[in-house]
Amino acid sequence: MSGFLSMGGYASSVWPAVALTFGIIAWNIVAARRSFAAARAEARRRIAAGDPS
Amino acid sequence: MDWTWFHRFGSPPHLYGLAGRLVPWFAWPAALAIAAGLYGGLVLAPPDYQQGDGFRIIYVHAPSAWLSLMAYTWMAVAAAIGLVWRMKVAHAMAASCAPIGAWFTVAALCTGMLWGKPMWGTYWVWDPRLTAELVLLFLYLGYLGLRSAIEDPQRADRASAVLAVVGVVNVPIVRYSVEWWNSIHQAPSVMKFGKPTISWPMLTPLLIMFVGFTLLFLALVLVRVRGEILRRERQARWVSEVIAA
Repeated sequence: MSGFLSMGGYASSVWPAVALTFGIIAWNIVAARRSFAAARAEARRRIAAGDPS
Repeated sequence: MDWTWFHRFGSPPHLYGLAGRLVPWFAWPAALAIAAGLYGGLVLAPPDYQQGDGFRIIYVHAPSAWLSLMAYTWMAVAAAIGLVWRMKVAHAMAASCAPIGAWFTVAALCTGMLWGKPMWGTYWVWDPRLTAELVLLFLYLGYLGLRSAIEDPQRADRASAVLAVVGVVNVPIVRYSVEWWNSIHQAPSVMKFGKPTISWPMLTPLLIMFVGFTLLFLALVLVRVRGEILRRERQARWVSEVIAA
C-alpha cells in the first residue's frame, strides 16, 4: 500500500495531477447542474410574475 | 432526402426533453468507465521502463487534453450550424461546450506541467504543443468573455459563433504540433494511424478513460444545453408548460 502511495517516487507529481483532474470533474458536475437550475429558476420566476418577456 | 429528423432535432422543446432523458445514460457509464480506467491505470498497468510510475499521469492528462479538443470541435461545428441555419439550439449547444472545454484545457495544462517537472526538469516550455494548448484556453476564455460582454443574446450567439469557427484552426495545430515541429512533447501513442506504440496492459485503461471522458462531456453538455435552451426560449409557451409540470 505504501508502495502504491509513493508511486515509485513520483507521488508529488501523480497524486496532485489525479486530485486536480477529479476536482475539475466534480466542479464541472456542480457547475452544469447549477447553470441548469438557475435557468429553470429564472423561467419559473418570470412565469410566476406573469412576465412573458 | 428526408430532413424531418434535422428539423425535429432543431426544435427546442424536443431537444430539451431528449437531453433530459439522455443524461443518466451518459453520466452513469461515464462514472463507471472513469472509475475502471483509473483503477486500471494507477493499479493494474505496469510501470513504464523509462518513467516508472510517473507515466501514470497520462491516465488523467491525455483524456483531459482529448476532452479539451473534442469540446472545441463540437463547439465550432454547433456554432457553424447556428450561423448557417440560424438554429437556436445549435447556438445553445455551442455555448454549453465552452465552459466545459475551458476547464478541461486547464486540467490538461496543469497535469502536463506536473508531468513535465520530473520528466523534462521544468513545468513549462514554450513548445509548439504546449503553446497551442494555451492558445486553446485563450480561445475558450475569449469566447466566454465575448458572450458575457454582449447583452443581446442573439448578437452574443452570432458574434461568439464567428470566433468559435475561426478558432477551430487551432485544433489541428494542437493535434499535429508534435509531428509538424520539433517538440519536446512526446509523439502520440494512441490517437494516430497504425498500431498504437504503447503496450496493451497500459493502453486498455487509457482507452477506457477516453470513453469515460467522452461520455462525461456528453452528460455535462446535455445538462448545460437544457439551461441554455430555457434562456433562449423564455417567451415560448412550451417553457411554461414544462416548468409548471
